[in-house]
Amino acid sequence: MKIAVCVKRTPDTEARIKVGADGISIDPTAVKFVMNPYDEFAVEEALQLKERAGGGEIVVVSLGGDAAKDTIRAALAMGADRGILLQTDTTLADGLPVAKAIAETLEGESCDLVLFGKLAVDDGNGQVGPMVGEILGLATVTAVGQLDIDESHGTAEREIEGGVEVVEFPLPAVLTTEKGLNEPRYPALKGIMAAKKKPIEVKPVTLAPAACEIVQLTLPPQRAGGRIVGDGVDAVPELVRLLREEAKAL
Amino acid sequence: MTRVLAVLEARDGRLRAVSNEIVTAARALADALGGTVEALVCAADEVVDASSVGVYGADTVGVLTHQAFARYSPDGFGEALAARAASSRAVVFAATATGRDLAPRVAARLERSLATEVTEVGVDGSAVTATRPVYAGKAHALVKLTGEPALLSVRPGVFTPREDARPGTLSIEPVTLSAAPRVVVREVKAPPSAQLDVAEASIVVSGGRGLQDPSNFAMLERLAAALGRDAAVGASRAVVDAGWRPHAEQVGQTGKTVSPQLYFAVGISGAVQHLAGMRTAKVIVAINKDRDAPIFKIADYGIVGDLFEIVPRLTEELEKIAAS
Ligand SMILES: Cc1cc2nc3c(=O)[nH]c(=O)nc-3n(C[C@H](O)[C@H](O)[C@H](O)COP(=O)(O)OP(=O)(O)OC[C@H]3O[C@@H](n4cnc5c(N)ncnc54)[C@H](O)[C@@H]3O)c2cc1C
Ligand SMILES: Nc1ncnc2c1ncn2[C@@H]1O[C@H](COP(=O)(O)O)[C@@H](O)[C@H]1O
Repeated sequence: MKIAVCVKRTPDTEARIKVGADGISIDPTAVKFVMNPYDEFAVEEALQLKERAGGGEIVVVSLGGDAAKDTIRAALAMGADRGILLQTDTTLADGLPVAKAIAETLEGESCDLVLFGKLAVDDGNGQVGPMVGEILGLATVTAVGQLDIDESHGTAEREIEGGVEVVEFPLPAVLTTEKGLNEPRYPALKGIMAAKKKPIEVKPVTLAPAACEIVQLTLPPQRAGGRIVGDGVDAVPELVRLLREEAKAL
Repeated sequence: MTRVLAVLEARDGRLRAVSNEIVTAARALADALGGTVEALVCAADEVVDASSVGVYGADTVGVLTHQAFARYSPDGFGEALAARAASSRAVVFAATATGRDLAPRVAARLERSLATEVTEVGVDGSAVTATRPVYAGKAHALVKLTGEPALLSVRPGVFTPREDARPGTLSIEPVTLSAAPRVVVREVKAPPSAQLDVAEASIVVSGGRGLQDPSNFAMLERLAAALGRDAAVGASRAVVDAGWRPHAEQVGQTGKTVSPQLYFAVGISGAVQHLAGMRTAKVIVAINKDRDAPIFKIADYGIVGDLFEIVPRLTEELEKIAAS
């Protein structure tokens, strides 16, 4: 089984976000970058599928600047086999040009499965996976929380409001992963050493022009919060009064 | 004629409540563009209350029918809607489980860009604009969509349905698909009790590790019940990871993003990843024994103290009000 996993380099979820001087992007100084948390589920799932199948190849794809190599290395350290860096210094808020560039590369790889995270925690788009699926014309299931796969078919579960959809699909397929699918492993020292020797192919790409552009980036207004109504049970009647009369929330 | 499509959602032959929000957002956009709102919904046959969205500003409502549409059909809905969307000015989806899956598919089919999780819509010159949270809500991006149609999905709970009556003229339109759908939803498993989803509840009562034991969530369920039919119980990741509560209830960066009218954080410290999922709630109440817990920094109203004393008392007060 050949599996491609697309991973994105994103700010750590603890990172404090500051708007950069251009007013449309963040100031990256002092921001720690990590593999997008949802993509860890995708890498882990690929590893488990390969282990279960007793063989296969896992290709890690990341689109970004040279620093995205670190993210590819992290996936290689977990156990993936080789990497492809789609190198560009353009960062886009628009998922479509990114999906097009990734799809073009994957076209040449003919994989049984292509895995994505359900969402990148920086742009919060949640679109590259299903867009790639449509562009490649492959069966696509998003936000997969549970997965069963045999040689030619799969069954996935995805959470919907008030229930769970049980979805059947043929291979090859594109899937995006949701938290709960698995517990991503930590790379062992041996894996980290081995990753240094695994190949990363660097392919420069030029992205199609964006048609969804950020014109302004702002920090949300600070919540006025911080008001302590009181201590202990004695504060309850006052809380109820405030919720009814001031906030009109009851 | 400038047309804005509103892609509604139905389940079991009835519109889902979020449909009213989709139409409200589409109406706002259509008014700014000087156009009409054409609501569309995919279904196996009838959607009994389809024309009800006329109240919120739908000029027409088309029910796109196909036998494969009894449940969500990713390929089928995508093909049917892309065909209808091609000649429109803008298309509004909801960022629900279905809309999140469907909108990018339609966008890719049309080769048009998409803004997801939108909280405000507007028009600037000839471009559709949208405000959307990025970096897990730590920043807001104003984006400009230059293609036609402009595609967007609106975050549930943000566009409060606004009455602005239009005819809502109903038509049933059978659809033919180019191929049998490959991806098939074989069944929908409902959770043991079909509670309201946290992402759609107007009041959310969330509990964290401070609850100390899964059985103590009964206390929060009682509080939610006292708050009425639109209240649901949520959870922090700590208690979901511990197996106390299902993932469906998790609020936060790797859980659900909620924007209710009222949010209670009970025994939750207020980690940034939790805040990412609830900071847009209209009113936030925190109950925590630690005066320095970060949750108090964003809470509109806080009580410092033992939740095991405060929650029962609060429930009692609310039950008294409900009874009077
Ligand atoms: C990549 C990533 C993603 C994450 N995603 C999420 C997410 O989606 N959602 C999420 O919630 N977290 C998420 N987290 C985890 C987050 O960082 C916190 O660990 C988690 O939110 C803590 O849960 P908690 O507040 O219930 O527990 P704690 O932080 O342990 O807080 C418990 C609180 O209960 C209070 N308490 C204890 N006893 C009582 C009592 N008797 N009365 C009153 N108060 C009491 C304590 O003072 C304390 O403040 C994520 C973390 C990472 C790294
Ligand atoms: N620049 C990128 N390089 C590699 N994969 C990406 C990139 N951007 C997005 N993806 C993948 O697409 C998923 C969804 O991203 P997004 O649509 O940006 O929220 C991510 O979880 C990744 O798996």
